[in-house]
Amino acid sequence: MTAQDTQLLEATIDELKHLFSPRAQTGETMVLNMGPQHPSTHGVLRLIVELDGEIIVNAVPDIGYLHTGIEKNMEAKTFTKALVMTDRLDYLNNMGNNLAYCLAVEKLMGVEVPERAQVIRVILAELQRIASHLVWLGTHANDLAVQSMLFYCVRDREYILNIFELIAGQRMMTSFMRPGGLWRDVPAGFEEAVRAFLDYLPARLDDYERLTKNNPIWLDRTKGIGVIDGPTALAMGLTGGSLRGSGVNWDIRKAMPYSGYEQYQFDVPLGSAGDVYDRYWVRMLELRQSLRLVDQALAKLKRLGPGPVITADRKVAPPPRAEIGVSMEALIHHFKFWTEGFPAPAGEVYVATESPRGELGVFLRGNGGPKPHRVHFRTPSFINLQSTSLMSKDHYIADVVAIVGSIDIVLGDVDR
Amino acid sequence: MSHLETTLAALQDKFGDVLEQVVEFRGETTVVIHAAANLAVLQFLKETLGYTFLADLTAYDDWPEEPRFKVIYQLRNLFGPVSLRVKCPLAGDAPQIASVTGLYPAANWPERELFDMFGLQITGHPDLRRILMPSDWQGHPLRKDYPLGYEEVQFTFNFDDIDKKKPYAKE
Amino acid sequence: MGLEQKLGNLGVVTTTLEQAVNWGRTGSMWPMLFGLACCAIEMISTIGAPQNDLSRFGMELMRASPRQSDLMIVAGRVTRKMAPVLRRLYDQMPDPKWVVAMGDCASCGGIFNNYAIVQGVDEVVPVDVYVAGCPPRPEALIHGLLTLHAKVKQEKLVKWA
Ligand code: SF4
Repeated sequence: MTAQDTQLLEATIDELKHLFSPRAQTGETMVLNMGPQHPSTHGVLRLIVELDGEIIVNAVPDIGYLHTGIEKNMEAKTFTKALVMTDRLDYLNNMGNNLAYCLAVEKLMGVEVPERAQVIRVILAELQRIASHLVWLGTHANDLAVQSMLFYCVRDREYILNIFELIAGQRMMTSFMRPGGLWRDVPAGFEEAVRAFLDYLPARLDDYERLTKNNPIWLDRTKGIGVIDGPTALAMGLTGGSLRGSGVNWDIRKAMPYSGYEQYQFDVPLGSAGDVYDRYWVRMLELRQSLRLVDQALAKLKRLGPGPVITADRKVAPPPRAEIGVSMEALIHHFKFWTEGFPAPAGEVYVATESPRGELGVFLRGNGGPKPHRVHFRTPSFINLQSTSLMSKDHYIADVVAIVGSIDIVLGDVDR
Repeated sequence: MSHLETTLAALQDKFGDVLEQVVEFRGETTVVIHAAANLAVLQFLKETLGYTFLADLTAYDDWPEEPRFKVIYQLRNLFGPVSLRVKCPLAGDAPQIASVTGLYPAANWPERELFDMFGLQITGHPDLRRILMPSDWQGHPLRKDYPLGYEEVQFTFNFDDIDKKKPYAKE
Repeated sequence: MGLEQKLGNLGVVTTTLEQAVNWGRTGSMWPMLFGLACCAIEMISTIGAPQNDLSRFGMELMRASPRQSDLMIVAGRVTRKMAPVLRRLYDQMPDPKWVVAMGDCASCGGIFNNYAIVQGVDEVVPVDVYVAGCPPRPEALIHGLLTLHAKVKQEKLVKWA
């Protein structure tokens, strides 16, 4: 640590005094700064850890280094234009964010989404979940010294990104889901592409399991680390894989289904010990369940056949291209739709969805105008990250990396 | 009688004097209560009626109306599941509300966020500091009277005009 | 097949010192392992995914310490809270050093024109190459890096002396 770094630490330590034990002030324990630039914090997370030798007395996360002001910025845009901001929230779950926000707008406006759009939404959301879990697996394993995993996982993720590019023309920030449905129907070749991916991935997942599941080093680094029991996890607001690793059966897709999740068969994998290993294992199983979901949804899509993918309610959806060419009203409406937006009723809704990290909730309030009065994202990473200090107590400093990785945070999701 | 109806009846019965309003919108129920009673009501909801999960805690600003801030607790009974929103209006000058971290440990960071973003004083919070903005930041960004902080975009026709207003123009 | 076979038995290659040094610099540029936001994920794709494989250009080795790196890829939006940290990291890098602003956010603030985001990282550190896109495709980033290589090859030694 350089002299400058210590200075930075001293400047803030006064206001943080109450967070550390009195022993820190006598110099008996050491306070160490980790981040915001640190290879293992998955972005710009800063942890201030108090150490007794190598044992952690306390770990205090310091966040906000990626606070983008998305919620405030969305208030300045119309409901449709604000959509692009949601992609950038949790940048591993772009489709899922779109979905959550669209569901909220649809609930506020009281519109129905055509079934075909719902099925495609499920496919895309689950593909996104797989992509997100793959990045999690890659980076988490990378932190725990299984370096090649990152390359494998990123390679497999490229296939999903290719599918997204096929349908939307963009790899990550697709903004493909729109309030009322989808931007457009999926093009020819979508189904084959997804099928090919479904055939490809399971064998790879077997490989990844073989690499980690019984690997003694992996077991050493994960078993019994960062234990949190079910009731504590619930009280701390943990959701998603981190909660299910503690054996609590709570999945919003099952408990409060949206977008037709109740029509599909899938299991909710559960852990028992609530340690890093169980959280890892739950996510590995979730990958397979997502594949199962995509498979069923694809079959359903085929059964449904062609149909509309966006609501016919012209208040929420722009007129189709074909109509603009022949109808003056449609052209005017199209112009007004994109410049002025549509007025939403005064009222507020809360929609919860299951993102790869946990409960992604959107609180949306309209006040009669074309812009949201308040959008709030209940982001899973933000709430989940609170538990780090609890989980990392009395572990070695090296385990912090494993624990932070196992909660699967995305800093864009934490700071918004 | 569904659990939600039971809840509303019980609240009406026990907290009739602090209960201001019950709003139904798109199938979601919001109860508006006096902010001073938030702890008592939430404790009752949690311990007697099983709303053990605090899904979300946020606020919004109705400036320039009064009462200006509304704090929102999104509660959930995991059996059912039943969702209930509790809303506490707060006056604009020196807004202050009791912390619920004792009941719901998950409220810790969201309450810090309220302090940071709206400038609400959370009394009894164990660690009330700014969380997202730098600790020396002025103002509370999510308040409606706080500007978005928009920077004008420079094009060739207005480049010089805007350039004059930039901070480095003074050098 | 090496250079020797191509050149036959010549034994000597002449060049200017400047060219040789610049060639060496472009051949082993070490970027700092420094991701900020969404663009960082694309950066990982560029470096990690075999489909893109940045090691073709001698750059796959990311260094976690600024003291060992000579290229900073600012991948993502820079907030007002992060800007001082970013500057410090830049100051810690040894000369010669270069900066690539990856993505719209780092280049000009992107879609986030608000109180929290620095409108372009060039307000904080000098930028050599801007890469457009939100996020830029891996190909775009590679193109940006090759542009940087072209720039480095033009550099004069005295500049760093
Ligand atoms: S340019 Fe786009 S992808 Fe990159 S950090 Fe900004 S919002 Fe994210």
